[in-house]
Amino acid sequence: MSRIKKKFAELKAKNQKALISYIMVGYPNEKDTVSIVRGLVKGGADIIELGFPFSDPIADGPVIQNASTISLNKGTKISKFFNIVKKIRKETEIPLVLMTYTNILYHKGYPKFIAEAKKAGIDGFILPDMSIEESKEYLKATKSNADTIFLISPNTSKTRIQKIAKVSTGFLYLVAVYGTTGVKTGIKNYTIKAIKNVKKQTKGKIPVGVGFGISTPEDVKKYINAGADAVIVGSAYLKLIEKTPQNKLEEKVSSFTKSLKKQTISKK
Amino acid sequence: MKYPSNGRFGEFGGKYIPETLVPAIEELEENYLKFKNDKNFKKELDYYLKVYAGRPTPLYYAKNLSEKLGGGKIYLKREDLLHGGAHKINNTLGQALLAKKMKKKRIIAETGAGQHGVATAMACAALGLKAEVYMGYKDTIRQKLNVFRMDLLGCKVHPVYSGSKTLKDAINEAIRDWITNVESTYYLLGSAVGPHPYPVMVRDFQRVIGDEIKMQMKKINKTPDTVIACVGGGSNAIGTFYPLVDSNAEIIGVEAAGKGLKSKLHSATLSAGSKGVLHGMMTYLLQDKEGQITETHSISAGLDYPGVGPEHAYYKDTKRIKYHSATDAEVIDAFLLLTREEGIIPALESAHAIVEAIKVAKKSKRSESIVVTLSGRGDKDVEEVQNYLNKNVKN
Repeated sequence: MSRIKKKFAELKAKNQKALISYIMVGYPNEKDTVSIVRGLVKGGADIIELGFPFSDPIADGPVIQNASTISLNKGTKISKFFNIVKKIRKETEIPLVLMTYTNILYHKGYPKFIAEAKKAGIDGFILPDMSIEESKEYLKATKSNADTIFLISPNTSKTRIQKIAKVSTGFLYLVAVYGTTGVKTGIKNYTIKAIKNVKKQTKGKIPVGVGFGISTPEDVKKYINAGADAVIVGSAYLKLIEKTPQNKLEEKVSSFTKSLKKQTISKK
Repeated sequence: MKYPSNGRFGEFGGKYIPETLVPAIEELEENYLKFKNDKNFKKELDYYLKVYAGRPTPLYYAKNLSEKLGGGKIYLKREDLLHGGAHKINNTLGQALLAKKMKKKRIIAETGAGQHGVATAMACAALGLKAEVYMGYKDTIRQKLNVFRMDLLGCKVHPVYSGSKTLKDAINEAIRDWITNVESTYYLLGSAVGPHPYPVMVRDFQRVIGDEIKMQMKKINKTPDTVIACVGGGSNAIGTFYPLVDSNAEIIGVEAAGKGLKSKLHSATLSAGSKGVLHGMMTYLLQDKEGQITETHSISAGLDYPGVGPEHAYYKDTKRIKYHSATDAEVIDAFLLLTREEGIIPALESAHAIVEAIKVAKKSKRSESIVVTLSGRGDKDVEEVQNYLNKNVKN
């Protein structure tokens, strides 16, 4: 059983939902990435999504775009990324998901990239520009090696949700809003509808995570109440990291994570 | 290649897009297939192409230039005479009309040199649509006249400050806008790039160039021996080449070699790039060892793009079309030569094709004919040329 699957099973037994925390590797720099991850683990994050920067992140808003640029300018490379993952793996068994864009994997070759990532300790992949139509080689290379987490949008049709669910493992990533990643306020009615719809179509066969625009404990609560099995928080972390001095990173990230995680624990 | 129903030209093309755009792309393809053979749609588009844009454009025998070079006869396909000053209007009229049929009220577009932005603004004004254009900040500076033209035409220009601040970043930002406003908005892409069906749709709206060349050559009892066009994203080139790929003509696309292919300061994607995925398509890209897209350079903003249309990638690999390149210095020489010999000021983009035509003409017999697509006029570039000449005074 994959680390991600195992994690969701554990949480289910404890009557909890999952908090998935996203950070950009190499932002603000390589060394701080490790302290930030420690803060996430300490604060109770269930799964960590590690962003690897791409020069042209079309699905990302200004906050993640800016972090990507800084990370690339600091010299973040694939080999360095894998080394950071190995370092993290020595300290924790937390599921690690890599989020980046298709070209990064394609350019190195899907089988080669995926094998090396897996060896370093990556458990799954999220590629926002990988549509199921173009995923044949990618799926072949990941087969039983790692989880393939595909995205669903509020405007995805019922039949297409079924098709996407069929090739997804680990969890499904429901994009909460029409738009790019980034801090937004409030939960839209169409998002609540979309969560219910995806849950209905997938019949509990695979957990449904919701992300894009979720930034506060109140947001987390609302999405959990709407039926999400997991919430993904990203840009809010990067904003926190931006304004936090280096020696406080671990502590601040940890306490923010705690405040988010609390909302995923049922009070019964 | 005819209509690729799987969206692929060989291994190139496809649709690598965020899920939110899938319904929009499906809606677009469905409507495009419905209207492309619709009699009324074709009639309406033909009307606008003829009386608004100024089609057909002449095929001009460049007698002075040809005789000076002493080789084959050079014919210029005068897309520079179209309304707006470039071939871009062929595509914007087609897509704006399609958007109107799809009942979309808001149009967005990207632009490099500003020619596609201006052509979008014109087509939208004529058809009563609202247009907004994304343009790299760097390009808004070097093509500020086009920014003002768009402004005059009632089109909002959004400068893009991310990345290299040029065409590729303008496309990124237009895609982000589309994801955000997917239901209300039509994305009017300006080159034969992007996810399927854009590359094939843009080609179909631009193929009028090649179709006319065929007819015009026939009228003077000739068949072209060589056909040449410049390639950035590759819309004027694929429009020129596509109707002629089954002929015997030698076909050459010319990319921007900037300061030389070895300098890294160029935009010659097919000549020096490798396969990858960007802007929804698999194609040749300029990228580093890690798969990060690299910054490009060209004296012409319209060719300053690290990718290329997937159909060109296919024709490169099948060897049906040759892809050469021209440096900034060669382009300036060709620009000056054509201007002085024929009284035609070409766009710097089109001057890349002229560079190749000069080389071919010198090596060919007088009986041979060389057709070059002059994709746009050079009024927008005179300041750039002046700067270049001031910096590179010949001793």
